[in-house]
Amino acid sequence: MLEKIERNLMKGNEALAESAIRADCKCFFGYPITPQTELAAYMAKRMPKVNGVFLQAESEIAAINMVLGAASTGVRAMTSSSSPGISLKSEGISYLAASDVPALIVNVQRGGPGLGGIQPSQADYWQATRAMGHGDFHILVFAPASVQEMVDMVPKAFDTAEKYRMPAMLLADGLLGQMMEPVSLPEPSKSKCDKSGWAADGHKFKRPHHIINSLYLQPDDLEKLVVERFKRYETVKANETDAELYLTEDCDILLCAYGASARVAKTAVNMARKIGIKAGLFRPKTLYPFPVNELNEAAKTAKCLLDVEMSMGQMIDDVKLAINCSKPVHFYGRTGGAIPVPADVLEKIKTLGGEL
Amino acid sequence: MTTEILLAGFGGQGVLFAGKILAYCALTDGKELSWLPSYGPEMRGGTANCSVCVSDEPIGSPLVTAPDILVAMNQPSFDKFINAVKPNGFAFIDSSLVESKCERKDISCYYLPSTSMANENGLQGGSNMILLGKIIKETKIFTLDTVKKAIEKVVPPTKEKLIKNNFKAIELGMNE
Repeated sequence: MLEKIERNLMKGNEALAESAIRADCKCFFGYPITPQTELAAYMAKRMPKVNGVFLQAESEIAAINMVLGAASTGVRAMTSSSSPGISLKSEGISYLAASDVPALIVNVQRGGPGLGGIQPSQADYWQATRAMGHGDFHILVFAPASVQEMVDMVPKAFDTAEKYRMPAMLLADGLLGQMMEPVSLPEPSKSKCDKSGWAADGHKFKRPHHIINSLYLQPDDLEKLVVERFKRYETVKANETDAELYLTEDCDILLCAYGASARVAKTAVNMARKIGIKAGLFRPKTLYPFPVNELNEAAKTAKCLLDVEMSMGQMIDDVKLAINCSKPVHFYGRTGGAIPVPADVLEKIKTLGGEL
Repeated sequence: MTTEILLAGFGGQGVLFAGKILAYCALTDGKELSWLPSYGPEMRGGTANCSVCVSDEPIGSPLVTAPDILVAMNQPSFDKFINAVKPNGFAFIDSSLVESKCERKDISCYYLPSTSMANENGLQGGSNMILLGKIIKETKIFTLDTVKKAIEKVVPPTKEKLIKNNFKAIELGMNE
């Protein structure tokens, strides 16, 4: 641990907001919802002081379309919400993807479906990675597991979004948003991406119009665009995966978890090791693209896998796909806002002992 | 080593604030820590609790379900959490508001009429800090110096009177 770096104590929501400001995010559009509200409140306080825009829109739908408008000019723009609010934003996110406009969307997940509850959850995995709106598209999905990662992933998400001209999401949850941990904030940085080829920021009669559009009435035109986008996704899949592998070199049982549940799983792995069970943890930091190679590397010695989520089991599909169902994949989860406890995960590990 | 602390009481008793002071103590001492509040439709008079983990290693799950140290500031919190305390753990109880006595023999319980003590000393709302003083005396988890530094970090310098009152409350608890 480097002692020289100043450690601050901040809530995940606030630290993320500060990180976005330091990453030169100039526009924040939002609408309040628990457990994400501190993020918007922090932006309301800070944005005017850094010549940025904070705007509380009349609804989530308005906010995401403001993001589309602002980001179309090439500035860094973002919005944040929690599960039901993200559903409302899905149409706008589809438009962002269809217009090849980079932007950041933060989802501090809570229990669902419907209005659900306000306690932490991970039940929006499918939505984030599979169907973040209508049509053929993907967005980048980052999954922080600590307040520090809530900070570190923001500039990373903006950079990657701009590099591939696609929206990026930070998929957090109420636990990460509400908790405080020591955090080191990065020095302010700016976008290094050249947006002059597409940004609609005023042509001053010196260049042709840049048009941001998602309507293509000729099937051939639209098909061509979508196919080109999917070629880009292949590059994303090849280059942008990230995962943490913890005690996986010799593991008999490999736990797979992201975000808050990965913290619970890690504690359970340590407890299992203490009683002689060789457990390890695979923690994806990117959910789209899913770290397929990293998972296969982590699962090399494992006899079985145990997927742990705060949902009824969503990421488990990607886990099974990644290893081609070559090993048994078991599941332990809590949902509706309940947080799994390490002791219960350990019990599940023990019941799988027969397979080890 | 990880110390898991659970503070529980009514909203308005300063449960989250006391947890925040403990978190800043850990930060001051260069430890790893996490602070997790209960959040939701709670308000003054409702229930509030707060999990604080202090460790030499990175914190896994920040949610405390079996505390090493419990602070129970009202009867419902005592009833809910006293049996969750780890064997050889500690419980600090505001006996002004909690009538029950703990029947467990495997934990150390300390009863302080901290709400009455605070009121008698002109430190209304200082019950949380009195209990915190008692915690550092009995568990030695942090020094008085560290706690004072933490209070100075959390309470803005413009509220000097509050800083002094918090110091006074801590010392009151330490002398019990």
